[in-house]
Amino acid sequence: MTPAFLILAAIAVAGTAAAMALRNPIHCILALTAGLTGIAALYLQLGAQFAGLTQLMVYVGAVAILAVFAIMMTHRPSSTQRETYSLTGPAIAAALFAVLAWAICHTTTSAQPLPPEPSATVQQIGDALMHHFVLPLEIIGLLLTAALIGAVVIAMDPTKDQSKEPQ
Amino acid sequence: MTLPLDQLFVLTKQHLLAHIPTPAQPIASAILSVTPILIAFPLLFAITTLLERKGLGRIQNRYGPNRTGPLGLWQPIADGIKSLTKEDIVPHTADHAVHLLAPILIAAASFLGYAVLPIGRNMTLLNLNAGVLYFFAVGSLVELAVFMAGWSSRSKYSLLGAMRAIAQMISYEVPLVLASVSVIMQSGSLSTVSIVEQQATYTGIFPHWNIFTPWGILGFALFMVAACAESNRSPFDLPEGESEIIAGYYIEYSGFKFALFFLGEYLGMFATSGMAITLFLGGWSAPLSFLTFIPSYLWFFLKLLVLIAGFIWVRGTLPRLRMDQLMSLAWQFILPLAILNIFVVGVWRFLPSGILRWLICTILIIIPFTFLSRTLKKIKKFQTRTYAFVEYPITSTASPLCNTVLTAPIANSPEPQQP
Amino acid sequence: MSSLQNYLLLSALLFAIGLAGALTRRNAILVLIGIELMLNAANLNFIAFWRFGPHPEALTGIMFTLFTIAVAAAEAAVGLAIILAAYRHHRTTDLDQMDSLKH
Repeated sequence: MTPAFLILAAIAVAGTAAAMALRNPIHCILALTAGLTGIAALYLQLGAQFAGLTQLMVYVGAVAILAVFAIMMTHRPSSTQRETYSLTGPAIAAALFAVLAWAICHTTTSAQPLPPEPSATVQQIGDALMHHFVLPLEIIGLLLTAALIGAVVIAMDPTKDQSKEPQ
Repeated sequence: MTLPLDQLFVLTKQHLLAHIPTPAQPIASAILSVTPILIAFPLLFAITTLLERKGLGRIQNRYGPNRTGPLGLWQPIADGIKSLTKEDIVPHTADHAVHLLAPILIAAASFLGYAVLPIGRNMTLLNLNAGVLYFFAVGSLVELAVFMAGWSSRSKYSLLGAMRAIAQMISYEVPLVLASVSVIMQSGSLSTVSIVEQQATYTGIFPHWNIFTPWGILGFALFMVAACAESNRSPFDLPEGESEIIAGYYIEYSGFKFALFFLGEYLGMFATSGMAITLFLGGWSAPLSFLTFIPSYLWFFLKLLVLIAGFIWVRGTLPRLRMDQLMSLAWQFILPLAILNIFVVGVWRFLPSGILRWLICTILIIIPFTFLSRTLKKIKKFQTRTYAFVEYPITSTASPLCNTVLTAPIANSPEPQQP
Repeated sequence: MSSLQNYLLLSALLFAIGLAGALTRRNAILVLIGIELMLNAANLNFIAFWRFGPHPEALTGIMFTLFTIAVAAAEAAVGLAIILAAYRHHRTTDLDQMDSLKH
């Protein structure tokens, strides 16, 4: 329970809790960004440099901006009424957390000594991606291409006829 | 060559650290490393504002500011005092928390990028294994801050400016990263320190800078264009141009917050220029092998000043691009060239070194480049405009900078001629 | 408590928060954000097990995390596109009002 872990965990939990509780959707996304930055910092603290920086770049740099654009385009001021706060959702989540926490605290892995810091240099990640994990890499490329084309096609406005340009 | 003058800052820091008790040494070391960056780059920002105004003035055939102090040298101080003492106006319906956080985030995110730039030999703040990735990751924080600034002001102009600015920044981020991927492929490492060290070797008197290769020239050009667009500088400053949208996303900011935006934009420009120097221009290494007696940090700042002068020159010379021109440039021209550049680096690595490699790679670049630019020009549909109150016939004027051509119509013809 | 337990508890807490948000919120985009949070919590789990588990030189945890980040980004893009298309049809992103297939 180092101070670094406590501070970063506090940032992550506070950011994500605020993201799920605030009323204004834009404030939610900004709080989510803070929470995701906290999680990225936790990855960096665990020694996974590449994963932490990729998380920062993809989530904060792309997904958060995508979400704010989507909220901007679909936000109607009349619809931000006070949400009916039913307790079933948080209750189920709390029950799930209780079960998981019980399972975590009662496992036998807690008796093992702390392993030394592993090294995950970019060269090793590149080697692994090109040798052992080359098939998932190619599939991810296909998936991202399909998602790109699919997202553009789905979000395209069918009412505007874009094939005709003013002559 | 570890001359004492070259390692002046490193040795000073070690000397100061020896006087600090051991438990506090990590924190003291961090503070001692960060403080020069926090002093040097805002100072460079102040000098650049003056240089820019005087440079732009000379390009436009006028003096720049020359009243405050000799040659206007105290203009930055006057500007600083003005921005600090101006009244801080916040719109009544603005979102106060986000309105306050946006300039802070922009200034903080711009400072974070300097941590991985090798400013001199052994003078990198953080020798990260994935340094280039870190740089681009914190660069993407700026876009979120721009959105926060534009949205929190609750003003139509600021929101429009913010949307345009973000669209421009995310469009040009892809070619920026792809142009640096070509350098990463060549040097085999994401660490900025090792990229510079691989360029700091000499054959004869010429260095192994990445710009002295065909893919390096193209990559450098693409990187600089994308860097210009990333910092919203002219000719890509549609989101913030004064005649377009009255300062865009920071229209509702005044006083010190406006100065923070200005600082953030210029610091971003310096950081991206610094990364261009690291990737393409050999970082802190001297251009000729007998000039290595000049300290490494002086070479870095000299190259940085040259790039800043280039930015100022381009700002004073080229007109502003329209939004659709900007976006089509990014996605239809710069991005395919960046992908081509990666392919050319691959070919460069597999061929043995010599004149053949240069020839093949140059041809591989020039032919697709000419084809692409000519095809894009040909498929652009020109609009002819006829004006209601103009007296025809007028002489045909075609300017390469505008894509509408006024043609003189033939008398009694039913429709204007196509260009 | 060992450090692995701390990280696992933290990721379970983040997962529960994401789940609570996904179950409670009415705005479709915020539900998607809750799902993204759950994916992030699982990623944290992977990295923690990579760090503290056997054979960290196989890099399995980091690989899984990278692929999960890529898949989550693709899913966010397509999900938001679907939400935009649904908004165009229903003129609202309120999930309570999008509860029948026939409008």
